[in-house]
Amino acid sequence: MTAAATTSLRPVIVGAGPAGVRAAVTLAAAGLNPVLVDEAARPGGQIYRQPPAGLTRPPEALYGFEAAKARAIHTALAPYAGQIDHYTETLVWNIEHGALDLMNRDASGQPVSTVLPYDSLILATGATDRILPLPGWTRPGVYTLGGAQIALKAQGCGIGKRVVFAGTGPLLYLIAYQYAKAGATVAAVLDTAPFVNRIHALPGLLACPDTLLKGLYYTAWLSLHDVPLHSGVTLREISGPDGTVAALHWRDAKGRDRETACDGIGLGYGLRSETQLADLAGCRFAFNDLHRVWLPERDDAGRTSVAGVYVAGDGAGIAGADAAEAAGERAALALLQDRGLPVDPTRVTALDRRLARFRRFSSALWTAFPVPAGWAHDLPDSMTLCRCEEITVGTLRQTVRTDTPTELNRLKALSRIGMGRCQGRMCGVAAAEVLAHETGRPVSAIARLRPQPPIKPLPAATLPAPVSGEDTP
Amino acid sequence: MTHHLRADVVIVGGGIVGGSAALFLRQAGASVILMERDRPGSRASGVNYGGVRRQGRPPEHLPLAQRAHALWANLRSLIGEDGEYVRSGHLKLARSAADMASLEAYAARVENFGLGLQLLDTADLRRLYPMIGDSAIGGSLCPEDGHANPRLVSPAFSRAAAAAGATILDRAPVSDIRITPEGFHVTSAQAEITASAPVLINCAGAWAGELAAGIGDPLPISVIHPLMAVTEPLPPFLTVSIGVEGGGVYGRQVERGNFVFGGGRGFAHPKADARSATTPPDFARPERQAALRLLAQGTGLFPALQGCTIIRSWSGVEAETPDHAPIIGPSRIHPGLFHACGFSGAGFQIGPAVGAVLADLVTTGRSVTPIDAFRPDRFSSPA
Ligand SMILES: Cc1cc2nc3c(=O)[nH]c(=O)nc-3n(C[C@H](O)[C@H](O)[C@H](O)COP(=O)(O)OP(=O)(O)OC[C@H]3O[C@@H](n4cnc5c(N)ncnc54)[C@H](O)[C@@H]3O)c2cc1C
Ligand SMILES: Cc1cc2nc3c(=O)[nH]c(=O)nc-3n(C[C@H](O)[C@H](O)[C@H](O)COP(=O)(O)OP(=O)(O)OC[C@H]3O[C@@H](n4cnc5c(N)ncnc54)[C@H](O)[C@@H]3O)c2cc1C
Repeated sequence: MTAAATTSLRPVIVGAGPAGVRAAVTLAAAGLNPVLVDEAARPGGQIYRQPPAGLTRPPEALYGFEAAKARAIHTALAPYAGQIDHYTETLVWNIEHGALDLMNRDASGQPVSTVLPYDSLILATGATDRILPLPGWTRPGVYTLGGAQIALKAQGCGIGKRVVFAGTGPLLYLIAYQYAKAGATVAAVLDTAPFVNRIHALPGLLACPDTLLKGLYYTAWLSLHDVPLHSGVTLREISGPDGTVAALHWRDAKGRDRETACDGIGLGYGLRSETQLADLAGCRFAFNDLHRVWLPERDDAGRTSVAGVYVAGDGAGIAGADAAEAAGERAALALLQDRGLPVDPTRVTALDRRLARFRRFSSALWTAFPVPAGWAHDLPDSMTLCRCEEITVGTLRQTVRTDTPTELNRLKALSRIGMGRCQGRMCGVAAAEVLAHETGRPVSAIARLRPQPPIKPLPAATLPAPVSGEDTP
Repeated sequence: MTHHLRADVVIVGGGIVGGSAALFLRQAGASVILMERDRPGSRASGVNYGGVRRQGRPPEHLPLAQRAHALWANLRSLIGEDGEYVRSGHLKLARSAADMASLEAYAARVENFGLGLQLLDTADLRRLYPMIGDSAIGGSLCPEDGHANPRLVSPAFSRAAAAAGATILDRAPVSDIRITPEGFHVTSAQAEITASAPVLINCAGAWAGELAAGIGDPLPISVIHPLMAVTEPLPPFLTVSIGVEGGGVYGRQVERGNFVFGGGRGFAHPKADARSATTPPDFARPERQAALRLLAQGTGLFPALQGCTIIRSWSGVEAETPDHAPIIGPSRIHPGLFHACGFSGAGFQIGPAVGAVLADLVTTGRSVTPIDAFRPDRFSSPA
């Protein structure tokens, strides 16, 4: 990490995934000196996550079709090393009054917090799995799809010998494919979305034929290798002796109860944008019916309701890695435009056109792989919904009956849901669905959790950085 | 269409103070309408530290605190649940000889109030509370002080009042108050309700100053945002609630193992939709420097916190008066109007007793508990 010699305000980018890296490079190419901050040790973000130093698998093995793009993102910063300050292993834990709070560790391992003021801010914070629990989901052996992929990519090991991927979304097929290629037995891919949805979505999916083809390729490959693929299923329960995972119980599209033996399960229902920083920055949010979540309001270039604050990539709404790259570049160009700096108008037009296509594609994906309707209806009272605070569905239902909360923050205050370690990042979506179902209100009417700093756990021993001299975090 | 309601008493504000006033007034036979802007117990009363503490209050506040102490003992019969109330003990620490001397002086001053304070020297402290860091050199323990869960207790007071026959209107922000010879006509445009009564009680928390000013009876209320933080769950290490002479930090370990601690201030939520420039916002947020100072104070006092993580911090919106004493009693301008506000960061413990006192005042014209220190007119009395 290099010392930032200046104390003057600079543009800051949070997230060194495809969106953030493209944004940084675009600003640097225009002569600015941005700061790029990421929790991870190396650039890449979620999809192009780099394995820890020491583990050397070639990009082709790690990223498949995307190896060239991964390599491009990993090496994009190097030519601008003198211009871009990349703060690695640095968590942004708060935004307040036009400045970020950063936490990293000094040479002795002591966590230190630094204030980093910005003159403009691009939030490229990506996404995490959207989780809808089912009975047994807290057993060891059940992972999020993202967790399953990280286990494969970063650690080079899988989540089991005989694994099931369940939930919905294109990642289900991708990760099943990656596992099968790596030698695991994929016992089944269980998709809660009815197959017919994919047919309805086809026109929109054709907006990005390459991506569609890749998706079809994974599905075809899995079929060809005798991996059972089922759509329109209902996931019922994970069972096994002594709290282990031995089988997933599900109901097929025809209503027959079935069971698949397995020792590892990857679970996910698409992705969920990480939006807490945009919230703390004061951005206005709107409910997105398709994604069924609240997202920062933005224009097509990524400008939020707060002047000088931009959002790009999956953190602004899920659209995938290629879209994230385009959005990161576009947000950076918007920043330059807003400062009255010259930008290449043909590049802007080209990006806008690309982004419009990605938007069509991403809408079609949510049509193809929707959150299962009626999910909250069938849950048993005994199921744990919030694993941090160990709160069951029954407790939530009871709270709704006695205290009649109509919005999520009130439910949180009354039941502790979302008060634990994950601060609702894991359980928030499910809690919203349960509250909506129990109160008979649409999810859009029950608000979203107000984020509180720190947005991720902060060591209690964190000290403010010494005030004098360097502003290196 | 606006509905007209009528009662003996209209209460504005459904915090622990308004909720308990409604409950005790019902028990005394008065008809009550309580109007709450949001949901009962969702403001200061629901987000505070939960300290049910008498130790440290000035002697002239102790009769009220003692009345509350007796009410807390019967919490379940009052509100139908225990609200996680426990008499864990409250230990106030001294970090210097001077601080220890002032703890001793306090113990002597309040000897006749029945707090049962026990002074601990350094050896006692090390022996009884080995988890407390070396910076503390002694302390004062109030064995019957304790804590409760404000998220559970405060809404329960309004719920109990409703069960006793009070009309609790939530999501009914009061937008207009008209005063006629017949009494007060309190309107919530949003809820399309006007409630009329000969008696009005202002329990509007941090917004009480705005309400009072609106009817020509200004009160010297400013707004503060106390700051709290909580760790991930830890193995049990502490049973008592901790305070420190001179302030700075206070903390306790909750049933789930999380350590909750407070100190310092937050700031008004920048996004809050303030209705006017002078209206306190609905939410507050922790302030970064104060948050980091609080962490340092917490880990300094409790070495056990060194290796753990903070999962959340928060703040609330609370009213403060110039002398840090609450304002409780009749308005000096409008007969029939009573104020109960300005609790200056310490209204949770006394809340139930304030409700009982208000019921006394309304139904009998006087309070059996001395409340002279809280007279609303004390600020304006000619020098
Ligand atoms: C398991 C999984 C598999 C995927 N597979 C595919 C795929 O095959 N094809 C495809 O198109 N898309 C895929 N995606 C989606 C893809 O990862 C994203 O579309 C893409 O990574 C989005 O890029 P981004 O730059 O917006 O965010 P990300 O790549 O997620 O990068 C965000 C970065 O921000 C950092 N960050 C966030 N918050 C903070 C903070 N508070 N402080 C510091 N740093 C922070 C994170 O560490 C991260 O590095 C997958 C996603 C997941 C989760
Ligand atoms: C972080 C924090 C920690 C604290 N710790 C402690 C502690 O450990 N021990 C202790 O004793 N005290 C503590 N306190 C103080 C205590 O919480 C308050 O003194 C007490 O809750 C005040 O109660 P209240 O009913 O007056 O106010 P509130 O709970 O704020 O209730 C006032 C109500 O009035 C409503 N209202 C306002 N305007 C209108 C309107 N126009 N129309 C209708 N309704 C309206 C509001 O919505 C609100 O619900 C703490 C406070 C905070 C913020």
